[in-house]
Amino acid sequence: MNSSSSSSANRQKSHQFRVLRDRIFLATFVIAVIVGITGLVALLLDVLIDGIPFLNWSFLSSYASRKPLESGILAPLAGTVWVVSLTAMMTIPIGVSTAIYLEEFAGKNRINRLIELNIANLAGVPSVIYGLLGLAVFVQFLFSGSRNVTAGALTMTLLILPIVVIASQEAIKAVPSSYRDAAYAMGANKWQVVKSIVLPQALPGMMSGIILALSRAIGESAPILIISSLVWVTFVPTTPDSKFTVLPLQIFTWVSQPQHDFRGIAAAGIIVLLVVLLSMNALAIWIRNKYQLRPDQ
Amino acid sequence: MATAAKFETISAQLEAVALQRKRQHTQQVIVTGLFRCAAGISIFTTLGIVVILITQSLGFFAEVSIWEFLAGTEWAPLFSPQKFGVLSLVGGTLLVAVIAGIVSLTLGLGAAVFLSEYAPESLRRVLKPILEVLAGIPTVVYGYFALTFVTPILQNIFGHDQVIVFNALSAGLVMGLMIMPMVSTLSEDAMVAVPRSLRDAGYALGATRFEVAVKVVIPAALSGIVASFILAVSRAIGETMIVKIAAGATPNLTFNPLESIQAMTAYIVQVSLGETPQGSLEYKTIFAVGLLLFVMTLCMNIVGRWVISRFRQVYE
Repeated sequence: MNSSSSSSANRQKSHQFRVLRDRIFLATFVIAVIVGITGLVALLLDVLIDGIPFLNWSFLSSYASRKPLESGILAPLAGTVWVVSLTAMMTIPIGVSTAIYLEEFAGKNRINRLIELNIANLAGVPSVIYGLLGLAVFVQFLFSGSRNVTAGALTMTLLILPIVVIASQEAIKAVPSSYRDAAYAMGANKWQVVKSIVLPQALPGMMSGIILALSRAIGESAPILIISSLVWVTFVPTTPDSKFTVLPLQIFTWVSQPQHDFRGIAAAGIIVLLVVLLSMNALAIWIRNKYQLRPDQ
Repeated sequence: MATAAKFETISAQLEAVALQRKRQHTQQVIVTGLFRCAAGISIFTTLGIVVILITQSLGFFAEVSIWEFLAGTEWAPLFSPQKFGVLSLVGGTLLVAVIAGIVSLTLGLGAAVFLSEYAPESLRRVLKPILEVLAGIPTVVYGYFALTFVTPILQNIFGHDQVIVFNALSAGLVMGLMIMPMVSTLSEDAMVAVPRSLRDAGYALGATRFEVAVKVVIPAALSGIVASFILAVSRAIGETMIVKIAAGATPNLTFNPLESIQAMTAYIVQVSLGETPQGSLEYKTIFAVGLLLFVMTLCMNIVGRWVISRFRQVYE
C-alpha cells in the first residue's frame, strides 16, 4: 500500500519533469528559428544603415573611382546585364532541351541514369571550380587570354545549367500523363506531343526555375573573379569581347579597400544587388502562383 | 472509269499522308538528336573539369611531390624557399566548415523540429519562406556582414587584442547561418515524410511531443537529416567569398578560431587576383588545390546521396 502510493507520487513527479522538459525544448526550438530570422534581419539592417546614405542617382550613373564619394556602379551594372543576357541565351535552350530529352525521350537505360547522376553531381561542384574550368577552357584556350564578357557568360552557363535542368525536369514531371495520352491517341508523335502539349503546360514552372537560376548567376562572384580578375573597370562593355566586371565583384573590390567610406559604397552596391535579386525572386513566385497547373480544372 | 479516278485520288491522298508522316518522323529524329546533344553537354562539363584539373595539376606534381603537397603543414608558394604543404589550407577550410556545421546543425535541426512537429500549418507557411531567403542571399553579402557586423561583436566579447579583424570564427558563424536553411529544409522534408501513424502510436503511449520528436520522428528521418548535414558542410567547404572577405589570407594550421586562416577557395581566388603569369608554378598550384577541393566535395556529395538512397525508409 505504502509502496504503491510512493510509486504513484514518483510517476506524478516524472510526468511533471517530462512536461517541463517538453516546454524547455520547445523554447530551444523556437530560439533556433528566432536566431535564424534575427540573423537575416541583422544582415539586412546592417546593409541598409551603412548603404542608404551613399545611395543616390550619381551612384547609379557613374563609374568606379579611387575616391569613394565619387564612385558609382554603372560599369558593374552594365556588366551584370551583359553576363545575364548572354547566359540566359545559352542556358535556356540547352537546359530545357536536356530536361525534355531526359524526361520525354530517354529510356531508363544506364547512359541516361549516368547523365542524371552526373547533373546531380555538377550541381554540387563548388563555383570556384567552374571558375578554374572557365579560365583554362574559355579564357586561355578559346579566347587566347582575353578575359572577356563571353568567357564569363559561358562559365556561368555551365554553372547554372544543372539548376535549370533539374527545375525544368520538375516542371515537365508535373504535366499530367493523361494530357500526353490524349495527344498520342489522336495520332501525334513524340515531338508533336512535346511541342504542343508538354512544353506549353510546363512553361510557367520552367520560367520560374530559370529566373531563380539566373538570379543565382547574378549573385555569384567567385567564378567571375577568376575569369575577369580585373577590378577597376571604368567603362561599359560594348561588344561580347569587352572586358567587364559584375555587381558582386565590384562589391567585393570595395569591401577589400582599407578606407572606411568604401564600406558604405559597398553596402550601397549590396542594396542594389539585393533589390535586383528580390524582384527576380518575386517575379518567379508570381509566375508560379499565377500559372500553377491545377489538374482538377 | 469513275472507279479508276477514285482509286487515284485515294492513292494520292495516301501518298500525301505517308509523305507527311515521313516528314514528321524526320523532324522527330532531328529534334531527338539535338536534345541528345544538349544532354551530352553536362557530360562534357564533368569531363572538362576532371581533365583540366588533372592535366594542370600534373605540371605541378612534376615539380612538387604529392607527399610534400598532402603531408606538408606549411604553405608559402610566394616566398623563397617555397613551401607547398596544403594541410594548412585544408585545416583553415575545415576549421571554418566545422564551425559552420555546428551552427547550421543546431539552428537547422531545431528549426526543422519546430516547423514539422510543433508549428501550426499557418505559421509554418510563413516561417519557411523567410528562412529560405537566407539561402538566396549572395555570398559576397554574407562576407560583408561577417566583416562589418559579426567581427566587431566578437571583438567586443573576446577583446580586441584576442580577435584579429580577419578570423575563422566570424566566417564560420556567418557561413553556418547561410547553410542553415539547407539543413532545416531537407531535414524538415524528411520529418514530414514520417507517417502520422508512428507519431500517434507514440502519443497513445503517453509520450510528450518532445519525446515523440526525439524517439520516433528523428530516428525515422535520420537518413534525411544526416544527408542534409553532409550536403550543407560540403557546400561550406566549397564556399569562397565569405572566407575570402572575413577569414583572412594567412595559411595557418590552427584550432584557434579567433586566429586568421586561409581557406583553399580563398587561396585560389587570391592567386587569380594577382598578376601570376600563366604556366608558372604558382599558377599551377591553384589547379592542384582545386583538384583536392573537387575531390573532397565530390566525395561528400556522393556519401550524402548514398545515405539518402541507402537508408531511406519507404513508408506506405
